[in-house]
Amino acid sequence: MQTGKASWLRLRTPVLWLALLAAMGTLSLYASPYTVIMVTNILMYVILTVSWVLFSAPTGYISLATAAFFGVGIYTSATLGGQLPLPLIILTAGVASFVLAALVGALTLRLKGVYFAFFTFGLVELIKHLLLWYEVSVTGVRGRFVVSADNVTIYYIILGILVILLLTSYLIRRSRVGLALQAIGEGEDAAAHTGINVSAVKTFVFALSAVFAGAAGAAMATRWGYVDPYIAFDYLFSFTAVAMAVFGGLGRFEGPILGAVVFAFLRELLITRFPYVYMLVMGSVLVVTILYLPQGLVQLAQKSTWRRLRGHREPA
Amino acid sequence: MLQIVDVSARYGKTQVLWDVDLVVNQGEIVALVGSNGSGKTTLLKAICGLLPLSSGRVEFLGRRIDGLPPHAVVDQGISQVPEGGRLFPDMSVRENLEMGAYPSQAWGRRKETLEKVFQVFPILKERQRQLAKTLSGGERQMLAMGRALMSGPRLCLLDEPSYGLAPLLIAEVFRIVRGLRDAGVTVLLIEQNVKHTLETADRAYVLESGRVSLEGKCCDLLQTDYVRKAYLGL
Repeated sequence: MQTGKASWLRLRTPVLWLALLAAMGTLSLYASPYTVIMVTNILMYVILTVSWVLFSAPTGYISLATAAFFGVGIYTSATLGGQLPLPLIILTAGVASFVLAALVGALTLRLKGVYFAFFTFGLVELIKHLLLWYEVSVTGVRGRFVVSADNVTIYYIILGILVILLLTSYLIRRSRVGLALQAIGEGEDAAAHTGINVSAVKTFVFALSAVFAGAAGAAMATRWGYVDPYIAFDYLFSFTAVAMAVFGGLGRFEGPILGAVVFAFLRELLITRFPYVYMLVMGSVLVVTILYLPQGLVQLAQKSTWRRLRGHREPA
Repeated sequence: MLQIVDVSARYGKTQVLWDVDLVVNQGEIVALVGSNGSGKTTLLKAICGLLPLSSGRVEFLGRRIDGLPPHAVVDQGISQVPEGGRLFPDMSVRENLEMGAYPSQAWGRRKETLEKVFQVFPILKERQRQLAKTLSGGERQMLAMGRALMSGPRLCLLDEPSYGLAPLLIAEVFRIVRGLRDAGVTVLLIEQNVKHTLETADRAYVLESGRVSLEGKCCDLLQTDYVRKAYLGL
């Protein structure tokens, strides 16, 4: 009996993940088309959030470049749509984002703290306006139509990208590179002294995280049908990824996933039901969370949090 | 083993090191002593690639290593215990040690090296699951030294390992330094605690205002009037 219980505890997490995967993998069989579209949207935010966390959480470098990589994916899709099969387009978008992030990373990852955040924010605006200038003065159009794919296909592609991203994050956290990344976050000089090639590790993981944002952008563009530089390089995607990650909690693997799901679902719900007070409610939820759950939603899983919220004092 | 030839270095316009020559032979403990601001830590930075030289060269095992980035210097077989240990505070003791084995040639052997380090520092084995920030001062210093050993270095640079420790622990640290030599690691020891250092090391260099003002065997230096007056207060 005892051993049975112990082995269940050990298997519980993988079993839960597999059950979740099975439910997600068959979603289109039992859910309404609206649900499929909504879940696709939520998963897109999960991808952006988890890919941001992959680099920024262990290193403490706040990147606001998510929207730039996402936008590169969108425009890859808009340019190549119809000329290549969809999986190839998504792969190309991932590679393009990787290359951009590697270049930007090699140039800027020596910037620390707020300077890095500023630069990555500027990158989104820079690409947006370069593209706008190019479209207006060379191609003579402002927006582009994207060859669209059906909603179920897009859902499964987004789900596939997310599964690969989660596996990558999980493996990286436990690998030599993941430990090195964490060491860099705790002290860059000390990390260099232990023989870590600090700039190579940072640049590689930054570029790796960009792959997923780019791939997600390429897939989502086929659902939107029409894009212009303002839609594709919307810096709100950058800020949303950071907000969702912090909302869920950076301390645990599940935190950012939970944060993105709850945040994106709440957003969808409020926009459709209460469009006029949506921002008001959203902002209040964020403020209350930060005040009472400074480590994010995952804190709700700890018994001590409930005791504290009910007014008990922590034993010192 | 390590040869520092005519090295000068500067921070911006301020020159800090002037034509420093220093040699460390295989199997020795060589000490570099001097007061605050004499340039000891700067010389260390110059060796491990954190500060470019303005002239001169650094050779290790006959190969030039000046101009290499810090991680490449570690790959050559030089590891460093930086001033104050510079641990990774929110990582466990074991993870701190594993990071020491980051260079690819050491990574594959990290389990065996870990056992060896645990033999030298049994307390780290007991504490391996604790976060580094929960250790006491002496344990932190041991962890910093253990981490430096994890890369399997031929030469270990120690920057003020006795700094901020209680007298009993200082004696322990110097005992460990001798232990490093017995384990086949050559040591360059940088210290302000001149008395203990000269009793531990084989040879020593005295650095004053960025220049080597004295060098020789420790037993000889301990006898000179200048050292006795200026550094030992006798």
